[in-house]
Amino acid sequence: MSTAVAEVVEKKSEPLFSKKNRKLVSNPLDIDNPITVQVLGICSALAVTTQMKPALVMAIALTVVTASSNVIISIMRNTIPSRIRIIVQLAVVSLWVILVDQLLKAYVYDVWKQLSVFVGLIITNCIVMGRLEAFAMGNKPFPSLLDGLGNGFGYGIILLIVAFFRELFGGGAIFGFKVFEAIGFHYKGNGLMLLPAGACIIVGVIIWVQRTLNGYRETH
Amino acid sequence: MKFLRKTLDGVKPNFEKGGKWEKMYFAFEAIETFLFAPNTTTAAKGVQVRDAVDLKRLMMTVIIAMVPCLLFGMWNIGHQHFLAIGQTGTLGEKFWIGIVQTLPIIVVSYGVGLGIEFVFATIRRHPVNEGFLVTGMLIPLVMPPDVPLWQVAVATAFAVVIGKEAFGGTGMNVVNIALTARAFLYFAYPTDISGEVWTYLGEGATAVAGYSGATPLAVAAAAAKGTQVVNEFNSFGSTWAPGIYSFQSLFLGTQPGSIGETSTLMCLIGALILIVTGTGSWKIIVGVFGGAYGMGLLLNILAGENAFMAMPAYYHLVIGGLAFGAVFMATDPVTAAQTETGKWYYGILIGMFTVLIRVFNPAYPEGIMLAILLMNVFAPLIDYFVVSANKTRRLKRATV
Repeated sequence: MSTAVAEVVEKKSEPLFSKKNRKLVSNPLDIDNPITVQVLGICSALAVTTQMKPALVMAIALTVVTASSNVIISIMRNTIPSRIRIIVQLAVVSLWVILVDQLLKAYVYDVWKQLSVFVGLIITNCIVMGRLEAFAMGNKPFPSLLDGLGNGFGYGIILLIVAFFRELFGGGAIFGFKVFEAIGFHYKGNGLMLLPAGACIIVGVIIWVQRTLNGYRETH
Repeated sequence: MKFLRKTLDGVKPNFEKGGKWEKMYFAFEAIETFLFAPNTTTAAKGVQVRDAVDLKRLMMTVIIAMVPCLLFGMWNIGHQHFLAIGQTGTLGEKFWIGIVQTLPIIVVSYGVGLGIEFVFATIRRHPVNEGFLVTGMLIPLVMPPDVPLWQVAVATAFAVVIGKEAFGGTGMNVVNIALTARAFLYFAYPTDISGEVWTYLGEGATAVAGYSGATPLAVAAAAAKGTQVVNEFNSFGSTWAPGIYSFQSLFLGTQPGSIGETSTLMCLIGALILIVTGTGSWKIIVGVFGGAYGMGLLLNILAGENAFMAMPAYYHLVIGGLAFGAVFMATDPVTAAQTETGKWYYGILIGMFTVLIRVFNPAYPEGIMLAILLMNVFAPLIDYFVVSANKTRRLKRATV
């Protein structure tokens, strides 16, 4: 049971933001997006996206957890016995989740209440565990950091797009600002957008648009 | 006609290969084939088995089958309107109110739906086909009489884009498009499509004393423990419309409801047309009615104190939209089960789920919409099991 994508460690030192390293951040935003392509982390994407504010906080929280756990695991990667690596990873992730959880509770209490269990559930978020297994276990700390950030951003951008449409169509607002009322138009909230089904439909439309733009074809 | 032909021929070169509006060719072609019979014929070396039934003919048959429901629905809108405000109207007046209420919904439904079809046909470069003809008529028939027109437009757009075009267009959809439109409204704007919205009262009109817009389903669901639902039906509206929920009235359809769904009799006439012409599957229709009746009987046995469960099973067949759903929605050949045995399972399960949702889920007074959508999703699975059962049966007797 070796790690899935254990890339060959290069001898020669490469520049900090080489093309390869930049790809680590940019790929997850589009062609390797954790939500729309790998279909990970869907659960929280449906749960916290009724409004933009909690979605933004959730995206930041997940980015911090993924990036920091990636770095820690990457530093420890050569000393972790492979038979107990999952529990070690969990211990590291839970450390960061508890830190983020407490920070949110201290500084943005109302948002923390809205997010409820979903901050705690970052620990089981497939994106975090997936990146640790697939990347951090086989790469140096700096690329791991970039990879964690990239996947966090990829998750965050989808969350924000979904939350934008859900809040706009569902409640006629953006970040709590009543857009339609501001331009003097009486908007009737669309109840479907506030249901999880609405998020599913928007994620589906995003995938549709993304595949059309990227010229994706299904292979059998 | 000659003028039209000349005009079309005049602009045609612009749309053909190399013309300046080449990209719009399929939009042009749609209009041309709508106005004139296409002059392309099957090649002599082409298919040898031929039939006059094409998609267009099939769709027109379904629309003809819907006409009784539509006409009755128009009259019924006026009828309910005059009952609710406590006046009497002539046949013509009732029809007129119905036409004024119904026609805009039909126009909006067709306009929006066909507009989206044209856009997608142009982008995807395929001919505009007749897939929307039936859907465009089904959507108005399952709407309340005074639904806001913008909601019809939004629901139609959602259903056509998400329900159909996202899956590849006509014939590729997983769930029934007209029901998708209705389900969209049901979850997006619940206050406009549930509760007491089924009678058109008119601007500023006041209802008669004692008036209630509760539908039979609402009355049955609200019946107190130990009472008889049938008694509740018979005494409903005794001050302003005696006998409005008697069994006969429910069967004929003189009750409030969506535009086309109220009359079981008219739906049965439609069913007859569909079955005689071979357009709709009689197995599905019989299956839905049978499943609902069977489940109703089962609940009668288990009822005890619960009034709704004890309601005679045959009432389930005439209240709500069960008949309309069974005849026009469940038989949709694209979303129904394809195998002949599978159609029985598909229909019976729809009927059973409809009654279950009606009786046990207070949040959804009418179950037929959700039951059909659910079974639409399961139809491929039913087919899969039927096919594999057939395989095992035949393998058993194979001697290799």
